[in-house]
Amino acid sequence: MTQLPPPSAKKLGLVIDLDTCVGCHACVVSCKGWNTENYGAPLSDQDAYGANPSGTFLNRVHSYEVQPAQGEAQLIHFPKSCLHCEDAPCVTVCPTGASYKRADDGIVLVNESDCIGCGLCAWACPYGARELDAKEGVMKKCTLCVDRIYNENLPEEDRQPACVRTCPAGARHFGDLGDPDSDVSQLVAERGGFDLMPEQGTKPVNKYLPPRPKDEMPEFDVLAPYLEPVASDGKGFVGWLDKALSALPGGAK
Amino acid sequence: MHPAPSVIIFNTFSGLGFGLLFWLGMGAIVPTGIGAFIWFTIAYIFAVGGLISSTFHLGHPERAIKAFSQWKTSWLSREGVCAVFALIVMALYGAGLVFLGTRYAIFGIVGGLASLGVVFTTSMIYTQMKTVPRWRHWTTPAMYLLLSVGGGALLSGQIAYAIVLLSAGAALQCLSWLIGDGRFKASGTTMETATGLGGIGKVRAFEPPHTGTNYLMREFIHQVGRKHAQKLRVITIVLAFVVPVILLLLPFNHILASLAVLSHIAGVLTLRWLFFAQAEHVVGLYYGKR
Repeated sequence: MTQLPPPSAKKLGLVIDLDTCVGCHACVVSCKGWNTENYGAPLSDQDAYGANPSGTFLNRVHSYEVQPAQGEAQLIHFPKSCLHCEDAPCVTVCPTGASYKRADDGIVLVNESDCIGCGLCAWACPYGARELDAKEGVMKKCTLCVDRIYNENLPEEDRQPACVRTCPAGARHFGDLGDPDSDVSQLVAERGGFDLMPEQGTKPVNKYLPPRPKDEMPEFDVLAPYLEPVASDGKGFVGWLDKALSALPGGAK
Repeated sequence: MHPAPSVIIFNTFSGLGFGLLFWLGMGAIVPTGIGAFIWFTIAYIFAVGGLISSTFHLGHPERAIKAFSQWKTSWLSREGVCAVFALIVMALYGAGLVFLGTRYAIFGIVGGLASLGVVFTTSMIYTQMKTVPRWRHWTTPAMYLLLSVGGGALLSGQIAYAIVLLSAGAALQCLSWLIGDGRFKASGTTMETATGLGGIGKVRAFEPPHTGTNYLMREFIHQVGRKHAQKLRVITIVLAFVVPVILLLLPFNHILASLAVLSHIAGVLTLRWLFFAQAEHVVGLYYGKR
């Protein structure tokens, strides 16, 4: 079971647009909500209203400041969840076969009734996509809302991951990244989507779209022509007044 | 990495226990009757006690039997299979010595080599982790095997072997630390590759995803231990290797030999603590920490 299947033609995953994400954390909340009430063990919290709250989340939003060599720093919000890697190191380390990658659509899942909670899959994941639930003692991870995307009891528009459905900015896209003609694949090609930690050799399915270059505002002021200082070479009465006042003691030269 | 006590105890005592089983199996000492019973009991208490300790960090130890199934891909599963095999074969070998007073060499040799197999498979659980560059190096399995065989030689009174193996252990451990210190940098994983934002500029963690802590930070980011790393390294080398070798070089005496064993165990516990506390997981980069 923990042997990886041959790469599937269909590779379901997410495309996350770092240009559009506003860092509102709505995806974090909807993910926690859906996945606490549905597939598998609930996502527990410890000391939720106390001094040291902690809990299990399948999706978290980091914020980074990026300082270019020249110009101003940019603030980039960075949602992160399981990337459903093609060469998933979390799957092969599992001693019980609880971790597996689906042969038909590439989703990486945990069979919780087989999980012994050894934590080795979380060690093997470079992205921090897996969290051992402190109450249930089993490994939790993003299921790509497998219980929504194929769920015929839901209206058609709801058959996508909760995080994608809820994103108010349209920064998250769901689709088949194995199909070069799919909307998500087109988006990745058009915007130069990239992998996280490519050097780890995990071949993530999820892609990230880079922030677009910021608009450069030229030094230009529409009111400037109307705010020219008063001409200093006054003529006529103004010229006489200027000379007369300058001649008085303490007058401007 | 979080230095979990159950895993440190497992690594230390199982390593010693299987090391002792190796020397017993190879026939370095061939006790019979009650003497054999005592030797094998000591080895099994160390080896099995360590294995039981390792189950304390599991979320669901009652399902541990399932961990024998995935030996095709998982080093943890291979370790489990190897441990059960080694313990059964060595039990047959031990029974021959205790009850029949006979040495069935084939059981001893197969069981002894399988005991080293357990130590090797354990070490590969750590070595395989691409996410922890310090561990992903040939010195990790080499050090596990050397410590186990050296510790086993010390426990079984193979003084000449113990002196050589422990001295080599000290040298290899120093080499492993020297190489290990540069491994994270050499892995090429940085905050820039982690976020893919390196093309824009230098990345700094501005805001974490939450105000509190989480499983990932507790498990993978351990900064306290590294503060005293250099002192602990000296303590490790002195206790695990230098003191036992000096005591073994003195004229033999049971009290000195016991002191050598105790010092070695304390040193190896420190060594194992450092093995985890100093290892940095790449996921820390997402939090701007290591």
